[in-house]
Amino acid sequence: MSRQSLTKAHNKITELSWEPTFATPATRFGTDYTFEKAPKKDPLKQIMRSYFPMEEEKDNRVFGAMDGAIRGNMFRQVQQRWLEWQKLFLSIIPFPEISAARAMPMAIDAVPNPEIHNGLAVQMIDEVRHSTIQMNLKKLYMNNYIDPAGFDITEKAFANNYAGTIGRQFGEGFITGDAITAANIYLTVVAETAFTNTLFVAMPDEAAANGDYLLPTVFHSVQSDESRHISNGYSILLMALADERNRPLLERDLRYAWWNNHCVVDAAIGTFIEYGTKDRRKDRESYAEMWRRWIYDDYYRSYLLPLEKYGLVIPHDLVEEAWNRITNKFYVHRVAQFFATGWPVNYWRIDGMTDADFEWFEDKYPGWYNQFGKWWEAYNRLRYPGRNKPIAFEEVGYEYPHRCWTCMVPCLVREDLVVDKVDDQWRTYCSETCAWTDKVAFRPEYEGRETPNMGRLTGQREWETLHHDRDLADIVKDLGYVRDDGKTLIPQPHLDLDDPKKLWTLDDLRGIRFASPNVTLNEMTDSEREEWAAAYRANPNVTAA
Amino acid sequence: MANSATAAPKVRSFPKVEFTDSEAGALEFPSSKSRTYNYFTPAKLRATVYEDVTVDVQPDPERHLSQGWIYGFGDGPGGYPQEWTAAKSSNWHAFLDPNEEWEQTIYRNNSAVVRQVALCLENAKRAGAYGNWNTAWQKFIASNLGAWMHAENGMALHVFTSIQRSGPTNMINTAVAVNAAHKMRFAQDLALFNLDLSESLDTFDGSVHKQVWASAEEWQPTRKVVEELTAVGDWAELLFGTNVVFEQLVGQLFRSELVMQIAAKNGDYITPTIVGTGEHDYSRDLGYTRALFRLLTRDEKFGESNRELFGRWLAKWVPPCLDAAHALQPIWSQPAEKTLTFADSLGATKEKFTQLLEEIGLDVPKELEK
Repeated sequence: MSRQSLTKAHNKITELSWEPTFATPATRFGTDYTFEKAPKKDPLKQIMRSYFPMEEEKDNRVFGAMDGAIRGNMFRQVQQRWLEWQKLFLSIIPFPEISAARAMPMAIDAVPNPEIHNGLAVQMIDEVRHSTIQMNLKKLYMNNYIDPAGFDITEKAFANNYAGTIGRQFGEGFITGDAITAANIYLTVVAETAFTNTLFVAMPDEAAANGDYLLPTVFHSVQSDESRHISNGYSILLMALADERNRPLLERDLRYAWWNNHCVVDAAIGTFIEYGTKDRRKDRESYAEMWRRWIYDDYYRSYLLPLEKYGLVIPHDLVEEAWNRITNKFYVHRVAQFFATGWPVNYWRIDGMTDADFEWFEDKYPGWYNQFGKWWEAYNRLRYPGRNKPIAFEEVGYEYPHRCWTCMVPCLVREDLVVDKVDDQWRTYCSETCAWTDKVAFRPEYEGRETPNMGRLTGQREWETLHHDRDLADIVKDLGYVRDDGKTLIPQPHLDLDDPKKLWTLDDLRGIRFASPNVTLNEMTDSEREEWAAAYRANPNVTAA
Repeated sequence: MANSATAAPKVRSFPKVEFTDSEAGALEFPSSKSRTYNYFTPAKLRATVYEDVTVDVQPDPERHLSQGWIYGFGDGPGGYPQEWTAAKSSNWHAFLDPNEEWEQTIYRNNSAVVRQVALCLENAKRAGAYGNWNTAWQKFIASNLGAWMHAENGMALHVFTSIQRSGPTNMINTAVAVNAAHKMRFAQDLALFNLDLSESLDTFDGSVHKQVWASAEEWQPTRKVVEELTAVGDWAELLFGTNVVFEQLVGQLFRSELVMQIAAKNGDYITPTIVGTGEHDYSRDLGYTRALFRLLTRDEKFGESNRELFGRWLAKWVPPCLDAAHALQPIWSQPAEKTLTFADSLGATKEKFTQLLEEIGLDVPKELEK
C-alpha cells in the first residue's frame, strides 16, 4: 500500500469513532492525570489489513527458524550455562507481555483520543502474540534441550518463586494503579522504550554467542513490534505534557518507573548476560557497555533529554546513579551472587565461574576478583553434596541480605540500605528511591494533592516470610522443585548431570532451618536494630582468602 | 597514497562454536524425559499447543501464586479479582477457548480473511462490478452498512478490548482479545470498502454514514444500545449483553438476515463476501461465548444463581435490543429489490436466539415475545 493510500485509509478509519450521546464507556481504571487541554497526537499509522499479513510473514520466518534449529541439531552446540538461565527468564517474560495486552484498555479509558485508541488496540494483539510465541519457544527448549526440568514447571515456579515475584513487578506494574502511571509511563515510556533494548536486543545477541539462535529469532521478531508501541507511548506522553497539572505526576512516575525498571531489569538481564555466557572475548561488550549504548545513549540522551524542552524535569540523578550502581557498585554481580547463593530454592542450575570468567570480569570490571573471586571459588568447592551444606548455609563470609520492600531485589549495595518503620512494620529498602516509592509515591496523597488512583504496594512482599522457620527440604518439596524421581532437586549448583552422586537431593537439605530476615528485624529492639543496620552497611560481604 | 602495506590487518572477532552435546536424550538422569508442562491438567490426554501457551500465564492466588498480587489499586485489590463480575464459578480455569486461539491461529486466520477480501475487491474493480449497482442500493450500502461499521468499531474498542483486562483467567481474556481483533479488522474492512466505493462511483456518498449513525431515526436505538453496553462495568454482563443478546438480535439480524440475503438480488456480489467474514468471525466468537456461559449455567455450585443472574441480564438487554431491531425495520424497504420482509428476518433471528439460549441452558425471556 502506497504512503498516500495508507494515509487516506487511515483517515477513513478515524471516521469510525464518534462522540457518544446516550452513555459513555465505563471508566474501570481511573487516573489522576487530566487530558482536558490535550492536543490530539497521532501515533504511528497501522491498519489491520496490512497488519495481519505482516505479522503472519514474521511468524513464518520464526517458525521456519524453529524447524531449522531442530533439523540442524542446534542443541548440540547450545551452552547449558546459557539455557539454564532461560528457565528463569522465559518463565517470567510471557506474563509481562500478556500484562501489556491487558493494560491497553486502561490507557484507552484514560486518554480521549480515538486515533491513539486504534494503535493501542493493535498493540494489545501484538502482546498476545509475544506472550504465546515466547511460551511456545520455551516448549521447544523443553522438548529438545538435555535437561527439561525447570522448563516443565515453568508457570507454577514463576508464581511461587522469589525471583519470579521480582520479575512479576515488570507486568503487574503495567496493569495496576493509576492508568497512566501503569499503562503509559511505566510500561511504554520506560519499560518498552528503554529496557526492551537490553531485553530483546542485547540479550539475544548473547544467546547467539552461546549457540542459541532461536532466542534472537523470536525476540527480534518481538522487538520489531516495539517501535509502534513506543510511538503510542510518546503520543500519550506529549498529550499529558500539555496540562501543567500533570507535571508533578509525570515527574513522580518517571522517577518511580525508571528506578524500578533499573532495579528489576538490570538485575535479571545483567545476570543472564554476564553470568550465562561462555563467550569471554575481551572485545565482547559487557552488560555495562551494552547499557551505556542502549540505555544511556539511545534512551536517556536521545529520548528523555529532549523532553526537557517541554519543561519536564528528567531524573538525571537516578540515571547517573543507575550507571554508578552498574559500574562502581557491582550491582549486577551482587545480584548474580545472590541468585547463586539461593540456588536450592531456584528451578534452574547455575554453573560456577572459572578462571577464564574471572579474567574477563576483572578486565571489564576492575576490582571484581577482590570482591567476588574467593566466593565463586567457594561456590565451586561446595558444589557437590555429601561433605557440605549448600553454600548459603556454610560459613563463607557471606551474610544473607535483607529484601527491598519495594523492588524486592535484596539490599545488595549494603551501604545504601534504608531501614524505616512504614505502615507499622520495619522494612528494609535497597535505596532511598525505593524507600521514597513506598513511603511517598504509592500513596493516596502526593505533594499535598489527592492521588486516589495511585496504586498500592500489596501482597506478601518478602518471600522468605512465607517460609520462615521451616525445614529447607520441606520448602523445596512444597514449591515443587523436585525431579521426577521424587528426591533429586531441579536446581543444582553445577552442570554435571553424568553422575547421580553429584546431584543434590531433598535428603541433603533435610535439617536446615530457613529464616526470614524481615521477621527477625521486626523482633529486634530499637538499639539492636540500629546496631544491626550499622553493621549491615559496614559489612563488605567479602569471602576471606 | 595510504600506507596500506604496513597497516595491521583488522582481526575479526567472533564467538567460538563449541559442541556441547546438550541435546535431549544425550544422558539419562532424573527428569531427563519430563517434557510436558506439568502444572496443569490438560482437557484431554495430551495438552494442546493452545493450552501450553495459555494456561497459567496469568497467575492466580487460587492456584500457584504464593505471594499474592504485589500491586493493588487505590480502592481495591490488584490482579484479576473474581468480584469484577457478579457471575460466579467454582473454577474459572475450567474454561478453554474451543477455537484454541493463540499467536499462529490469530495471524493465519485473519490473514486468510484479508487475502479473501483483497482479492474480492480487486476482482470487483477489474470487473466493474459496482457499475451494476442501482442508486437505491448504493444509498443502502452508504447509509446502512456505513452506519453499522461504527457499531463494529465501538464493540472492538470499548467492549472487547475493555473486557480482556478484567476476566479472571488468561483463557477468557485471550479469547476476548481475539474477538476484539476480529471486530477491529471487520470495522476497518467495511470502512475501506466504503472508501473504495467512494473512489469507484461518483454517485456513492462516502461520508453520509457519519450522519446516519449520529442522527438517522432508524439507527438511534442501535447506537443507544451500543453506547449503553460500553457503559457496563461488569465484564461478564458486557460480554453477555453484547455477544449473546445484541449480536444475536441486532448484529445477526442486520448482517445475516438482511445484507447477506438481499445483496445478490440487488446486483451486488461483493458486499456478502465482506460481510460474510464478519459473520464467520461472529460464529467463532459465539463459540467461546457459548462455552463460557454454558460452563457458568452448569456450575454445580453456582449454576442456579448464575441462571437467575443471566435471566436478569436478558430482561435488561433484550428489550433495548428488540427496540433497536424494530427501529431498523424501515431499511428493509430501501433497496429496489425487496426479497424478504422484516418479519421474516426477525423471525429467523429470534429462532436462532432461542436456540442459543437453549444451548446455554437459559429460559427464553418473556420480553422476546413482546
